Amino acid sequence: MLSFIGRSIVQKIITLFFVSIVSFLIIHLAPGKPSQVDPMNPKFTPEVVERFRKEFHLDKPLHVQYLYFYQDFFTGKTVSWKDNQSVLKKIWERFLNSLPLFIVGTIITWTLSFPIGIRSAIFRGRLYDRSATFISYLLISIPGFFFAYILIIFVVTQFHVPVIGMETFGIGETSMPHIFMDRIWHLLLPSVLGATGGIAVLSRYVRSQMLEVEGQDYIRTARAKGLPPEQVHYKHALRNALLPFVTMFGLILPGLIGGSVIIESIFSWPGMGRMAYEAILARDYPVILTVNFVSAVLVLIGTFISDILYLMVDPRIRL
Amino acid sequence: MTNDSLISIHDLKVYFRSNSEHARAVDGVSFEVRREETICLVGESGCGKTVSALSILGLIPTPPGEIAGGQILFADQNLLELNEADMQKIRGNHIAMVFQEPLTSLNPVFTIGDQIGEAISIHKKLEAEAVRENCIQLLTDVGISSPAQRLKDYPHQLSGGQRQRVMIAMALACDPDLIIADEPTTALDVTVQAQILQLFRSIQKIRSMSVLYITHDLGVVANIADRVYVMYAGIITEHGNTAQIFHDARHPYTQGLLASLPSRSKRGTRLHSIPGAVPNPAHKPGGCPFHPRCPYAIPTCSKEYPQMCDYGQGHLARCPVLFEGGG
Ligand SMILES: Nc1ncnc2c1ncn2[C@@H]1O[C@H](COP(=O)(O)OP(=O)(O)OP(=O)(O)O)[C@@H](O)[C@H]1O
Ligand code: SF4
Ligand SMILES: [Mg+2]
Repeated sequence: MLSFIGRSIVQKIITLFFVSIVSFLIIHLAPGKPSQVDPMNPKFTPEVVERFRKEFHLDKPLHVQYLYFYQDFFTGKTVSWKDNQSVLKKIWERFLNSLPLFIVGTIITWTLSFPIGIRSAIFRGRLYDRSATFISYLLISIPGFFFAYILIIFVVTQFHVPVIGMETFGIGETSMPHIFMDRIWHLLLPSVLGATGGIAVLSRYVRSQMLEVEGQDYIRTARAKGLPPEQVHYKHALRNALLPFVTMFGLILPGLIGGSVIIESIFSWPGMGRMAYEAILARDYPVILTVNFVSAVLVLIGTFISDILYLMVDPRIRL
Repeated sequence: MTNDSLISIHDLKVYFRSNSEHARAVDGVSFEVRREETICLVGESGCGKTVSALSILGLIPTPPGEIAGGQILFADQNLLELNEADMQKIRGNHIAMVFQEPLTSLNPVFTIGDQIGEAISIHKKLEAEAVRENCIQLLTDVGISSPAQRLKDYPHQLSGGQRQRVMIAMALACDPDLIIADEPTTALDVTVQAQILQLFRSIQKIRSMSVLYITHDLGVVANIADRVYVMYAGIITEHGNTAQIFHDARHPYTQGLLASLPSRSKRGTRLHSIPGAVPNPAHKPGGCPFHPRCPYAIPTCSKEYPQMCDYGQGHLARCPVLFEGGG
């Protein structure tokens, strides 16, 4: 077990090293330069651009730039080209903003998808299953932003609650319960919207996993013993159907960054996804590369957690 | 029917529907199992043996399956008319089943002890400790060494033969009246096959219960059966005790099966096997379903459904041609 963990960590560090090289190359080989984003900007005089290139070592060969970048990165000195602020500090603030959205969204997705998918599989072909299928495909095919606007209009006109941003402007002057409720309202809508697509897809996947397991020989054995249907479905079938989701559970971690760009943009939510998106538009290389590195770390931590979980739940995997 | 009959199946019909096809997998099968005897259901792959067995326990998936007719009489009730809750009290408790593939038939994520224990506690109210002792006794009975340790094992940690012994222990858990064994040795290698067969013989004697043993191997039949039902394309073609079937077969299909059996006297000569293939249950030939492969077939065979012909002492064969031709 310990040696497995050790080996796994070493492997992941090596992977990370290659990720850092590849992402650095891709960014620098991609067309467009920071100075070209806004050529009309009077601040971008040739002298300024030249000074800028010197200051950030852009006049050096790529491999030297690479070393400079990761030296700054690991000493925590990387700064954004846009506003000269520390990238790590920016990311950390945005991360804290994204976290509640991510946690609430994930909890909603997982707690609803499983009961829906399992019931669909057990009652396959019946009314429940067909309605669930219909609604899933409906939610999958309606674009998220469209659905979001309908919901926003509905909530704002029916409940007179503002939902854009993380809190209502100027709410800081009122009482604690007010601020709390305001936060909840602002959090709820984007979380629910972020979750709908996830529920539609995940519940389908749960259903198909469950159906596959229900067709296995050991389910027939369980029934042949005289077990009641609940025990056949929820003990023998479910336990096996859940195995692949253990892997998935580790892989949702990176969703912290990329999963919510659209939702964050619609709701003006100052989260990680939006920051990354804006950094890409501005060719803000330090921010892009740092976000990239952080997502790679999240992916690797996620797979590591999955591996460990799998070891614990599947008795067939032994080291 | 004799009064020591344990279970009797009358004119059972099980059909499978898929899109346009309509497969008559079991098409009017009748047989009975008496107390304390071992009967064999023998026939080529796809003739409907498993479907017949699963019907007894009410385990045919519907849809696509459909019980189109018949009766299964057990303890004065027709099992086909029981509701699901009553059927659960029969399964595992009065009638238990051992399947062909021990690896896939055991749940990979639960321990042996859990899976056997469950079979006990579902039908009997027992303390956890008593269930455990029961499990250990069962594993000992089926010849598994150091049973207390094995209880904590998962199926993948056992050998094929051990897994099948575990399946048998599970079937024995509630001391059923009837064990249905569906080709329990097919997935095992030859030496292990012989041991499992021996195990079935001894538990049948010791526990004086009935065994319905399904196989396509006449060699196994000779070893274990008191009586034999030969099945072809969803119907019973011949019935008799083991001596009648092996020394006095009256149906061309049974004769063909016997001729294809490798025997010591014929070693070295070419194996005779029945020409042609088993019919697809969705496109069965009319009349006698065996007629496309039968060396004795006459024109009426493809038109008239053959009746059972009685050769006396319970020996029956579904071939009027041979019966009239001086049976
Ligand atoms: N779930 C099912 N869906 C559709 N058709 C089925 C199903 N189960 C069985 N059948 C049909 O019933 C026929 C008989 O199958 P069965 O499994 O009883 O054969 P068998 O005699 O047990 O053969 P084997 O020796 O291969 O186990 C098959 O040919 C198949 O067409
Ligand atoms: S009835 Fe005809 S086809 Fe069928 S077994 Fe007898 S001889 Fe052969
Ligand atoms: Mg079979």
